[in-house]
Amino acid sequence: MDWSVIFSDAVRSGIGPIAAVYALAAMGLNLHFGYTGLLNFGQVGFMLVGGYGLAITVATWGGPMVLGVLVGLASAVVLALLLGLPTLRLRADYLAITTIAAGETLRLFYRSSWAEPVTGGVYGLQRFANDFYEISPIPRGTYGVWLVEFSSRDVWVLIVAWALVALVGLLLALLVHSPWGRVVRAIREDETAVRSLGKNVYAYKMTSLVLGGVIGAAAGMLQAIQVQSVSPDTFDPGVTFFLYTLLVLGGAGRILGPVVGSILFWFVLSFLDSALRQAIDAGYVSPELISTSEIGAVRFALVGLALIVLIAFRPQGLLGSRKEMMLGAR
Amino acid sequence: MPADAARPRSPLAPLDGVAPEPGVRKPDPLLVLDGVTRAFGGLVAVRVDHLEVQRGAITALIGPNGAGKTTLFNVVSGFDRADGGRWSFDGQPLSGRSAHQMARRGLVRTFQLTRTLARLTVLENMKLAAVGQRGERLLPALLPPLWRGQEREIERRADELLERFQLARLRDDYAGTLSGGQRKLLELARALMAQPVMVLLDEPMAGVNPALTQSLLGHITQLRDEGLTVCFVEHDMDVVMGISDWVAVMAGGRLVAEGPPHTIGRNRAVVDAYLGKQHDEPEATGETGEAGETRETGEEE
Amino acid sequence: MRHQRLFVPVLALFLVTAPAVTASAQGEAVLGAPGFGARALQALVDGIQFGAIIAITAVGLSLIFGTIHLINFAHGELVTIGATFAFFLNVSPAGPGWHLIPAAIAAVAFGALLGGAIDRGLWRPLRARGTGMINLFIATIGLSLLLRHVVLVLYGARPGSYAQYDIQSAIDLGPVGITPRDLTVTLLSVLVLLGIAALLQRTRIGTAIRAVSVNRDLAEASGIDVQRVVLVVWMLGGALAALGGVFFGLVEIVTWDMGFKLLLLMFAGIILGGLGSAYGAMAGSLVIGIVAQMSTLWFPVDLQYAWALLALIVVLLIRPQGILGRRERVG
Repeated sequence: MDWSVIFSDAVRSGIGPIAAVYALAAMGLNLHFGYTGLLNFGQVGFMLVGGYGLAITVATWGGPMVLGVLVGLASAVVLALLLGLPTLRLRADYLAITTIAAGETLRLFYRSSWAEPVTGGVYGLQRFANDFYEISPIPRGTYGVWLVEFSSRDVWVLIVAWALVALVGLLLALLVHSPWGRVVRAIREDETAVRSLGKNVYAYKMTSLVLGGVIGAAAGMLQAIQVQSVSPDTFDPGVTFFLYTLLVLGGAGRILGPVVGSILFWFVLSFLDSALRQAIDAGYVSPELISTSEIGAVRFALVGLALIVLIAFRPQGLLGSRKEMMLGAR
Repeated sequence: MPADAARPRSPLAPLDGVAPEPGVRKPDPLLVLDGVTRAFGGLVAVRVDHLEVQRGAITALIGPNGAGKTTLFNVVSGFDRADGGRWSFDGQPLSGRSAHQMARRGLVRTFQLTRTLARLTVLENMKLAAVGQRGERLLPALLPPLWRGQEREIERRADELLERFQLARLRDDYAGTLSGGQRKLLELARALMAQPVMVLLDEPMAGVNPALTQSLLGHITQLRDEGLTVCFVEHDMDVVMGISDWVAVMAGGRLVAEGPPHTIGRNRAVVDAYLGKQHDEPEATGETGEAGETRETGEEE
Repeated sequence: MRHQRLFVPVLALFLVTAPAVTASAQGEAVLGAPGFGARALQALVDGIQFGAIIAITAVGLSLIFGTIHLINFAHGELVTIGATFAFFLNVSPAGPGWHLIPAAIAAVAFGALLGGAIDRGLWRPLRARGTGMINLFIATIGLSLLLRHVVLVLYGARPGSYAQYDIQSAIDLGPVGITPRDLTVTLLSVLVLLGIAALLQRTRIGTAIRAVSVNRDLAEASGIDVQRVVLVVWMLGGALAALGGVFFGLVEIVTWDMGFKLLLLMFAGIILGGLGSAYGAMAGSLVIGIVAQMSTLWFPVDLQYAWALLALIVVLLIRPQGILGRRERVG
């Protein structure tokens, strides 16, 4: 087994564009779940409307990319309002179920033959981010150290993606440490108490839902731009589950939680993938037990197991405090 | 003891001449309720024809379990909707307003089971309650210079209150680590941070040890002496007799009696309400309980 | 309240019998080519069948929610495991090659054991560690991922059908055609639902389940062994999920992610009926099944689940507490 390949694969994945996309989407989710206590299980729906908002504007209607970005962000606002209006006055579990249903409904609509003229149906849409790559200042070539290398195209995506993560992280840090953030964290603890102190809880929850949703949409656009393609089945409910996994891994309610979580999540996932593949090739694991085509399934099963173990033994994640977590046990 | 000491000094001459009968007019009412009703399914939980709460006084709301006291609190404070009726606060009609709007108008409540915010520190709990914070709006929140000054002022006020309620040394602890009694104190102190005109306290002494009860009583009377209007639900008659200036009694959702504390124990309607059955004697002997009311109460039972 | 409780089973029964009656009435009126009315009736019958299967699986999910307030995101996997376990016993070359009926019974028993094992082996230890409710939701996500992908490894990605009752010709009932298999599944589903209603209303354990749902502390104080009730609910939920899985695999197809797809429809049914109400879950699921099938009259088939989920969101806008839910007192 070639450990250097396994490690470099894992590192490339851990700092790669997908890790940035998931970190960003999880930051939105962190605002919902970690700070406001909103159980949004449909973050993938926001990513979808973001990615498709951009893709449809450019690829279907021939608009400029900047307009596409605006459409994507605006779609997230509309979706958040639609979801929040009926459910934010109800118990938390209603939001959980409605959001997961809404995310899946959106995916089904976008992939249907009925919507195909606009969304491209099951095939999705491609080649709508040329403007983005044209303004890249990075000269052609490959960049990297050791075995971890990226093409100039990827480097440009990486710079923009991680810069966006840093910017959003900064804004969120300012927000949650402000009086606004105090109200929102108080709502997470007990919204009835907050209402009794004269705060319009509904408006705060809605603001949080919109804001986190817009961040999710930005992540969806980034993902679409990165592969120059959107297809409905990349937005299945499992994505939200991964986001929760990495959020819990890093530490919910911590600004850097989603970032650390995402990097580690993709590092480990890629590490497992690479290591399993090599172990099978080298004959350490019998192909009877696990064939190479089953590696994907095995590593997702391990993600599930890891999530259960994490919740049992370290629910506060890497960055959280156990004492604080136990106080909030509801 | 502080309660007893405070009593003779209380400036309550206005209530002296008020007749001890349910729905009576008061000289300077802060909160006025008219025909407030609330039913759950077919069960009428509250049906109060008229109730006035005197400004600057401590009013106790008592009654047996299920009398509708907490429901009335919930309705008036905007946490539950009324099926009918109107109420005004400080001369303004406010019926049907939501909870946060009532709180902003100066009517702040506490809860029977304390609702401290566990993963916020004691100081954060306090600062949260301050009203009119610029940094609570989304865009200004992103620009700390816009709200830093105000935040310092709020923190100063919070520290003063924490000092007064003997919570200063716990200031940076998570509220979730406080004892039950400390939470009661924090909840009261937090309500005061909102600079209320009136506080509604739902069983402030429930589950609190005797020493702390005395301390809470002292705080409440002191607040009254500073001009705050207090209305509280309580079961312990000693507490009620000790500190209240006026007592309102509910039973079966209705207001059955009102009066200064010393008249309440002898009130026929109150005795009926607490004993939960109708007396058979045809003649009422009580000085205050009127025959009409007693019969009305009897119908409810 | 008494009337409300009776209302639901009656409504459910009406929903099932009314189409049959109208179907025979229509049968005499329309004798030509299948017009819109006939297609609508066919869709309605299909919808009831689909809804009844969702209802079987959703009742367990709803009972679990009612008793321990846990949204079990892994409930869909219990459905899949039931269906694939029966497939293993029935079809798989590695299995014993049983007839479907004993295989289904074994799958239901396995589902019950699995449900019980999840309660004893996972939730109870987690609760004992002081894990909060919301973290338990997240743990169910982990369990869902784990089980689903274990099934994918063991069962594979290829859809499969059971060895018996696979291809049948429909019997004509007027304008409505239904295969004996589908008819049997529908009737069995309705019988099972009525059986659950009887269990909840008439038996000691049913009364205990309802008592725990209404007020856990009070139930505990009045001498009900809450832990045992929770275990029974999990076993019942697991068994029903497995049965629903076999039924769904029978009328549709067995796949590794069938349960996960059904999960969202179960959620929709539960919310529609009012979170935590078992009868609400039954009524809501029937509505969801009917909406899904009836939508195909106007819209493409690939959108039928989407309309069902959309119905959920629309109902939340109009009547947030669901069809049969009640508002709660706050404060």
